[in-house]
Amino acid sequence: MPKITINNVEMVVAEGLTILEAARLHNIEMPTLCYYPDLDIKNDCRVCVVEIEGVKGLVTSCSTRVREGMNIKTHSSRVLTARKLIVEMILSNHDSNCTACARNMNCELQRLAKSLNIEKNRFESVLEYQLIDEGNDCIIRNPNRCIKCGRCVDVCRSMQSISVLDVIGRGHQVTVSPAYGRHLNDVFCSYCGQCAAVCPVGAITEKDNTAQVWEALHDSDKHVVVQVAPAIRVSLGEDLGLPVGSIVTGQLVGALKMLGFARVFDTNFTADLTIIEEGHEFIHRLQNGGPLPLITSCCPGWIRFAEHEYPDILKYVSSCKSPQQMFGAIIKSYYAAKANIDPKNIFVVSIMPCTAKKYEAKRPEMSVTGTDPDVDAVLTTRELGKMIKQMGIDFQNLTEQPFDSPSAITTGAAAIFGVTGGVMEAALRTVKEVLDEHKLDNLDFVDVRGINGIKEATVTIKGHPYKVAVAHTLSNARKIAKQVIAGQSEYAFIEVMACPGGCVGGGGQPYGTTNKKRIKRSASIYEVDESATIRKSHENPIVSALYHDFLGEPCGHKSHELLHTTYTNRKIT
Amino acid sequence: MLEHKLITKYIGKIDPLSIASYMTFHGYKMLRKALRLGGEKIIEQIEIAQLRGRGGAGFPMVIKLKSVAAQTNRPKYLICNADEGEPGNFKDRYLLENNPHQIIEGMIITAFATGVEKGFVYLRGEYEQAYNILSRALEDAYKKGFLGQDILKKGFSFDLEIRRGAGSYVCGEEFALIESIEGKAGRTRVKPPFPTTVGAFNKPTLINNVETFATIPSIIEIGGKAFATIGTESSRGTKLISLSGNIRRKGVYEVPFGVSLRDIIKTLGGGVEKGRKIKMVQLSGACGPIIPEYMLDLIMDFERFEIFESKTGAGAIIVIDDRYDMFEILLRIGEFFAHESCGKCTPCREGNLQLNKLLEKFHKYKASEHDLTLLETLARMIHQTSLCGLGQTSATAIISTLHYFRHEYINRIEKSVTMEDSRHA
Amino acid sequence: MELDQLLKQYPPEQTYLLEILSKYQTSKPTQHLTEAELKSIAEYLSIPESHIYAVVAFYSFYSLVPRGKYIIQVCRDVPCHVAATFDVVRTLETLLQIPMGATTKDNIFTLEYTSCLGACDGSPAIRINQTIHTHVTPERLKQLLDECRGDHHA
Repeated sequence: MPKITINNVEMVVAEGLTILEAARLHNIEMPTLCYYPDLDIKNDCRVCVVEIEGVKGLVTSCSTRVREGMNIKTHSSRVLTARKLIVEMILSNHDSNCTACARNMNCELQRLAKSLNIEKNRFESVLEYQLIDEGNDCIIRNPNRCIKCGRCVDVCRSMQSISVLDVIGRGHQVTVSPAYGRHLNDVFCSYCGQCAAVCPVGAITEKDNTAQVWEALHDSDKHVVVQVAPAIRVSLGEDLGLPVGSIVTGQLVGALKMLGFARVFDTNFTADLTIIEEGHEFIHRLQNGGPLPLITSCCPGWIRFAEHEYPDILKYVSSCKSPQQMFGAIIKSYYAAKANIDPKNIFVVSIMPCTAKKYEAKRPEMSVTGTDPDVDAVLTTRELGKMIKQMGIDFQNLTEQPFDSPSAITTGAAAIFGVTGGVMEAALRTVKEVLDEHKLDNLDFVDVRGINGIKEATVTIKGHPYKVAVAHTLSNARKIAKQVIAGQSEYAFIEVMACPGGCVGGGGQPYGTTNKKRIKRSASIYEVDESATIRKSHENPIVSALYHDFLGEPCGHKSHELLHTTYTNRKIT
Repeated sequence: MLEHKLITKYIGKIDPLSIASYMTFHGYKMLRKALRLGGEKIIEQIEIAQLRGRGGAGFPMVIKLKSVAAQTNRPKYLICNADEGEPGNFKDRYLLENNPHQIIEGMIITAFATGVEKGFVYLRGEYEQAYNILSRALEDAYKKGFLGQDILKKGFSFDLEIRRGAGSYVCGEEFALIESIEGKAGRTRVKPPFPTTVGAFNKPTLINNVETFATIPSIIEIGGKAFATIGTESSRGTKLISLSGNIRRKGVYEVPFGVSLRDIIKTLGGGVEKGRKIKMVQLSGACGPIIPEYMLDLIMDFERFEIFESKTGAGAIIVIDDRYDMFEILLRIGEFFAHESCGKCTPCREGNLQLNKLLEKFHKYKASEHDLTLLETLARMIHQTSLCGLGQTSATAIISTLHYFRHEYINRIEKSVTMEDSRHA
Repeated sequence: MELDQLLKQYPPEQTYLLEILSKYQTSKPTQHLTEAELKSIAEYLSIPESHIYAVVAFYSFYSLVPRGKYIIQVCRDVPCHVAATFDVVRTLETLLQIPMGATTKDNIFTLEYTSCLGACDGSPAIRINQTIHTHVTPERLKQLLDECRGDHHA
């Protein structure tokens, strides 16, 4: 265990640690910019340089491992001079109109500049204005704010294997963009938003729909309702000063009521509904010679990926809409009728941990009225956090409130939709119990849980073993897709989520998401499941009533009309 | 005799397009001798010779050799860095065009000593003539059984192919070069690990300069001990000097380490044109220090050159006479680096542009004290914090002139009319 | 040269990307690469379009814009700069009646800068397509241009 000195403080640290890790373990503030936990070390911003006695130049602490006897200064005169110059130069090639930026007051560059006391920039601006890419519904790219850290290129290439973005050019002309300067909607971007989630500044952000939602809330002619995804209740708290993984369901409902939503629904309700529909779809395929495997369809990033790159796989994908879209359809048909409101006057908002859901809501298939979308606006977790702060709501001290009918009762199976493996587990609880005609002794299918990229399990149904798989991140989805198309898949049922960890790691989640945080959020989701009164979707009485009163049979005519959808081959040949 | 033609001794006598011509001299006899010596003894000779890399960094070759020889992760690679993009340098081109087989032979001997079976010559795209000559040489070497499977029936195989650059100076940097060979943009990697452990295709890779490989057969021929008697204590052997600029006899000269710059310029190069005076000399290339005439007694020696906080570089000497404005020259150098920077790290990408903006002010008589302070601080910072050798040495010319030609900066400020001045006028 | 024929000469591995791009581009009279061609190469090597575009954008040799049959590159680094007894760029601009960076209307010549060619012992030096010409003078430049025109019309 090497003994080192940082800023005259001696310490013994574990072998193999970088100087950055060692410093942070000892609460020594070490500024960084391109560094992001869990991603490859970029080593390009050079902000984290430190001075080591006996070494001529300055070295980066993110990439230099500790060695016995190292005498390190993190804030010496040479280091501070270097850091200040670096940040001033970044600012001289950056659109510093902060008040117009979504990351204002939540920006890594701002924090860094402030900590270095940069007031007057010694350098003149050298920014050459580039056009902003805002041609799609989910993600805005503003190259004038890009600091060329490379995080977005990394996640798009390594985590998602899509490689839409790359570093283009040389020297000062370098820019981060798709090939030929194309817009995201003209390339195979899945809108997963992982790039936006890791961007340190406002170069990549989600399209802001808060203004649209405020307008609707202030429109007295509109009946504005909101639905909330499973992952939100364990994530929103982070943006509002609470510890990671805090379960804030009741306060969340309270805050939404305060914002002015007439009804606050729980998307978990239609997650249960999805399980009934998809479960029956699976049973039908099992009993009628396929096609197998059945692949889940609730993740729009995955759907877009499949339509673009592997359209031959679409025949295996479930025709079920996602819970978000099922709820939109139910609200503008069943709920509208029951509440005696013209669906034209209902404005449906959904709160999602996801950026691709903004695109999903606008898909032309997603309209039961034929004139308006079933879901009118989608807000990410971050956007909701912003609205709550804008209204000055004292979130932590809110009185907890329940969701509105018909989503007043939801199950543990629905809650776990928010994590990778959750949809699979929820489906298995129903399918196995229904087909075996026997109450499950153990509801926990632990083999499909956890952070491994591809998880497998064997489930025995009616004495027959079936292999199932769960994949998260698109690079793992790609592996699975190739297998299926090559006819080499041994699975009967596959769950795919585009984001790492499932929706708790979604592109719209609070900034600073890391593996550790995903694990904490997941643990809270499983806690919600464990403590739920009902843990199986087919035991949700309100869902049963919905079929009885309105839908008829699972996968019946009405269900197909409202709750199922179609896909399109978008592969450019 | 200032020159010492050790590695260039057969140039002029050999037809570079004929392997038979090469073989009438010591051609490939050193390969046979090396194969008889065995890998360990070859490395030992190079260690005794104290051979330091000839590409610019002057790193002891034996350290890299021993590291790669010990690696068990296969396949291992050998790369000859023939990218020679450093302005003012043409000695590698000279070797490639005039005696390609000596380089090939050096590579085969090195590959044998380190257990490497696959090699590349990364040749800059502009060297078309060298490419044609080297291609022919490779073809002939294969035909004679010096390359390929079971070389000279010693049970060792080595395949060598040429990969060409496409117009990027930074691809002379070892990791940028590797990225280029892998079919990517030439941007360097995080170090450590170094190429000897994780290099091309993530395998152990030994990279050395053309001149370094060309020296190997000579070391095998005369022995490491004899090689070490040439040169100085820190710098054994000979160095090819590329002499250019305002000089009567431009060209490549092979001298032993320890010869003074003045001797090279005056005696070998013939000095400047009549009526002109040497104003400044840039050493090593665009990445090197610019020194005044009175410093020319400095000798070619790795240790002596450490006063410039940059390495000796590849041995270029560019003579600039009194017709030229220093800032014009600095701007030319600065524009070169700004154009060639890969753009990955902040100090080099943003810094070189800002340095040029400041140099422009000096060039156009619009500079102030404030500009001088900023120029100096920025130049030092880029030197200390850049990710790779390009950024680290891009400001060497500026830093050296701030030391040796500071009066030029001061004079220029005094003669400048700035915004401040015109407001007060 | 047909692109398909060229591709068949190489195994479908990314390491051959630069060899393929360079060889193919120099075989074309317009000395540039099109989007469709890059797409075919990317498909053959199983690499993303963004990657091949990034490589083309990085290396000075490659152009996405059509250029002249003869690309004249002028070195402007210090050894050539100080050794020149005349303004090489101005002379060529005048001879060709185009500014630096442009292509002549008949698409025969493009004028570009290049970084040091490694021909400093023969400075001032220029490059026309694959050939480096040293010790250039105004007369020699005119002669070279005439030779190119002659070859073109032959």
